[in-house]
Amino acid sequence: MTAVGADRRQQLAYVATQAADARLNVEIETEGMTLNIGPQHPATHGTLRLVARLDGEQVVEAEPIMGYMHRGYEKLAEVRTYPQVTTLINRIDWLGSFANEVPFILAAEKLMEVEAPPRAQWIRTVLFELSRIANITLFLGDMAVQLGAITPVFMAFRDREFVLNQIEAVTGGRFHPNFDRIGGVKDDLPKGWIEDTKQAMEKIRDFCDEFEDLVLGNEIFQSRSRGIGIVPPAIGLSYGLSGANIRASGVDWDLRRDGHEALVYDQLDWKVWTHPDGDSFARYWVRLQETREATHMVDQLLDGLPAGPIMAKVPRIIKVPAGEAYAATENPLGEMGYYIVSKGDLVPFRVKIRSASFSNISITPWLLKGVYVPDIITILASLYFILGDIDR
Amino acid sequence: MTQLSSTEIENDVAEAGPQPDKRREAWAGQLAEALDDGFVAHHIIAGSDLWVRVTRDSWTDAAIAARDLLGCQFFDWLSAIDWLPSPYGRDMDAQEDNPQPKAADPMEQGHAGGQTRFQMVVRLYSIAEHLGITIKADLPNDDLRIDSLIQVYAGANWHEREAWEMFGIHFNSHPDLRHIYLPGEFEGNPLRKDFPLLARRVKPWPGIVDVELFPGEESS
Repeated sequence: MTAVGADRRQQLAYVATQAADARLNVEIETEGMTLNIGPQHPATHGTLRLVARLDGEQVVEAEPIMGYMHRGYEKLAEVRTYPQVTTLINRIDWLGSFANEVPFILAAEKLMEVEAPPRAQWIRTVLFELSRIANITLFLGDMAVQLGAITPVFMAFRDREFVLNQIEAVTGGRFHPNFDRIGGVKDDLPKGWIEDTKQAMEKIRDFCDEFEDLVLGNEIFQSRSRGIGIVPPAIGLSYGLSGANIRASGVDWDLRRDGHEALVYDQLDWKVWTHPDGDSFARYWVRLQETREATHMVDQLLDGLPAGPIMAKVPRIIKVPAGEAYAATENPLGEMGYYIVSKGDLVPFRVKIRSASFSNISITPWLLKGVYVPDIITILASLYFILGDIDR
Repeated sequence: MTQLSSTEIENDVAEAGPQPDKRREAWAGQLAEALDDGFVAHHIIAGSDLWVRVTRDSWTDAAIAARDLLGCQFFDWLSAIDWLPSPYGRDMDAQEDNPQPKAADPMEQGHAGGQTRFQMVVRLYSIAEHLGITIKADLPNDDLRIDSLIQVYAGANWHEREAWEMFGIHFNSHPDLRHIYLPGEFEGNPLRKDFPLLARRVKPWPGIVDVELFPGEESS
């Protein structure tokens, strides 16, 4: 380095300090650029494509582009018998598959005026909560990995396995149980399952405690998620945000408590968690609390499991009487519902699938306006979507 | 663990049964008053659900009334129903699709009735009351247009794009009516009943005999 170079650097450093001191406002004109994220990108959990127009580091406009995984379930359901539809809809939210089946079956039961016997409803609720744990534990690890912490995602995959094993032991399927039936459930619980599940719940509680420390207590995580992507309750509701996303904005609404569907949550002692902040941190926090709450619910359900049949009397060949019914439940991702129009045939006439992620992600063009590029990842991760749940 | 005894549960249900009904009737009454001529019909299933049918012109008014009068802040979903009986066989349960369109069954609309082939459906929900409402509106067969709900519920945007692409319904004053799922050059409206499902036409459906044994039942 020559002396001249050193002088030049000194000079520049001097100018820089002067500029900072004087708080000179220099308008730096940058040419707008378009940033394309996806369709194959780790931050998109599948194939969501995001096109963001940037001005420097800030997003001017961002638009998610979907449809890379659209499978047309609403059309396919019109040519399948009711029991066959559950096989399809298993694949909507593939991390908590069993939870997808429940609202469909409940809507069909509403039309048929069949009610599942108590034991079947308890088993349903147990599996529903296990699906929630299997789903949200992955989120807890995944959001951390997107913010740069590698370890949590391995821990999440490790501990999620205990729950998947329990689901597999009952249903035979780790990801696609296809276990719920109109009028009940397919099989009873296997021997020794209750004890094993209680042990698994212990492990999940340890996992939650660890994450509360490791992730929520982490300074980097906090500084990257607090105050990022704030959703005001009224705007969130008008966009149809549901589940933990809206509870993190302080809206005390949970279909498990407030819905009218025939699951046994009203007989448990539990709490709906909300957070007043509405930012990415709050969404993570609420989901962590919900996971822990779910383990307590599973314990209570297993303690109170009634004896009795697991199937109501339904005909061998299921014809659903003409009518319309909508049933929605609080799925891991938010409100999931099915609007079934029946004409008294073997197949539904029309099935409208209300999936949580589609509405949850529809707020992103509004929410991403004006944020910085790294915060796109935080916001997308914290809204938590599953591509199958958007594209259906 | 607060497990209720069975008698308590029965009492609980008996009390809860007729109560929401009155609330739903009150809702229907409020809407009828607010919309006047725009209110066509309603249907209530006790303790379960409420359907209201309005004219096409009062579609947005109905949504505003539901939001402001009934407190339905939560936009649940919006879609459409094609009431045309499928020209490819009634049940779609034959081993092969019926390649020749047969004489159509008479069109039958569902709850709260209807007169035309396409019907809009929107579902709104009140967080405070824990009640939902399904609002429908008929679209004239020769003019599939309806006002957009974006000004009332911002979330209607994507749902209307989906309905536009799947049913070919045009939404007046929608700023951004583009394909959402299908590729841009896609032709046709897949969820219309007269749109053939090609997979069924090229290969017979193997799943027609599909009877599962119940637990504990022996195969005969």
